[in-house]
Amino acid sequence: MIGFSLATAALLAMSLVADRGKTLAGLKKGAKMFLNILPAMLGVLILVSVFLYVVPANVMTAWLGEGTGWTGIVSAAVLGSISLIPGFIAFPLGAILVRSGVSYGVIAVFITTLMMVGFLTLPLEAKYFGWRVSLLRNALSFAGALLVGLLMGIFL
Amino acid sequence: MKSRANGFFRKFGFVLVFAVFIAASWSTRFAAGMEIGRNFRVFFMEMIMILPLMFILIGLFDVWVPREKIIRHLGAAAGHWGILWVVLLAMLQAGPLYGAFPVAALLWRKGCSVRNVFIYLGAFTTIKIPMLAFEVGFLGWKFSLLRGLFSFPVFIAIGFLLAFHLKNRQFEVKEPG
Repeated sequence: MIGFSLATAALLAMSLVADRGKTLAGLKKGAKMFLNILPAMLGVLILVSVFLYVVPANVMTAWLGEGTGWTGIVSAAVLGSISLIPGFIAFPLGAILVRSGVSYGVIAVFITTLMMVGFLTLPLEAKYFGWRVSLLRNALSFAGALLVGLLMGIFL
Repeated sequence: MKSRANGFFRKFGFVLVFAVFIAASWSTRFAAGMEIGRNFRVFFMEMIMILPLMFILIGLFDVWVPREKIIRHLGAAAGHWGILWVVLLAMLQAGPLYGAFPVAALLWRKGCSVRNVFIYLGAFTTIKIPMLAFEVGFLGWKFSLLRGLFSFPVFIAIGFLLAFHLKNRQFEVKEPG
């Protein structure tokens, strides 16, 4: 995160030195793109906040912990696809699940679907790619994430 | 000026409604509303810390990188090297998936092929370096290594499949606004 900020600052400084006008034009373009998508993004964040209230992280952990075998895999896949949890919450959650004895297969499916499939962000994705392609991409990613998670379960 | 204000309310009206709801929840100690407000703060912080940086980079990329370069290296005729470049580009980034959509739109506008746009998205979701570092810390290197190894062919395949599917269709990546 700090590295990312520093890299951005460095590139911005270099760009300013090289060509002030061009840099300002670029910043203006970036700001415009940001403002254009901001309402839709805030909408998704509100949706996600309400979802996390209805199904809090500790309830998710309990569900994942209870499920064994295929029930566990399926609930992990569904939960992972729907929820949008940032990595800095999801990975510690995964570590807790490991310690409480949940199988690696279930955790892997949860993490992979969480990362590759974004059900709640579909309205946002559709603004860029259209609904049909967004649904298709997510469906393919769901199948792929399930495959990756199951394979990991075999090897871990 | 009036139409501009109307535009603002049409776009951000629901955010204002939400803000009023959260403020009312706090003043009346309405537990559900307070909890939703707390959740929102976590997600909002994640967004506001990373996305402005991302859009600065997008803006700079837009003015500095000429279209011909993107067409040559990431376009339909770029071959397999294009895959490597988009994967590397995605790996260097951070943040939530919805931050990758505007980058994908920009790449496409500059002439990146459909296949490479989706491979970029796939790599972004699965093997960003900042995320991997975090994952290794919590779940161990074996977990991350296996996930990366198995994910790689999967998102490449998804890129090829989507490109194949969209080949003779009128597909474009739009930039909202």
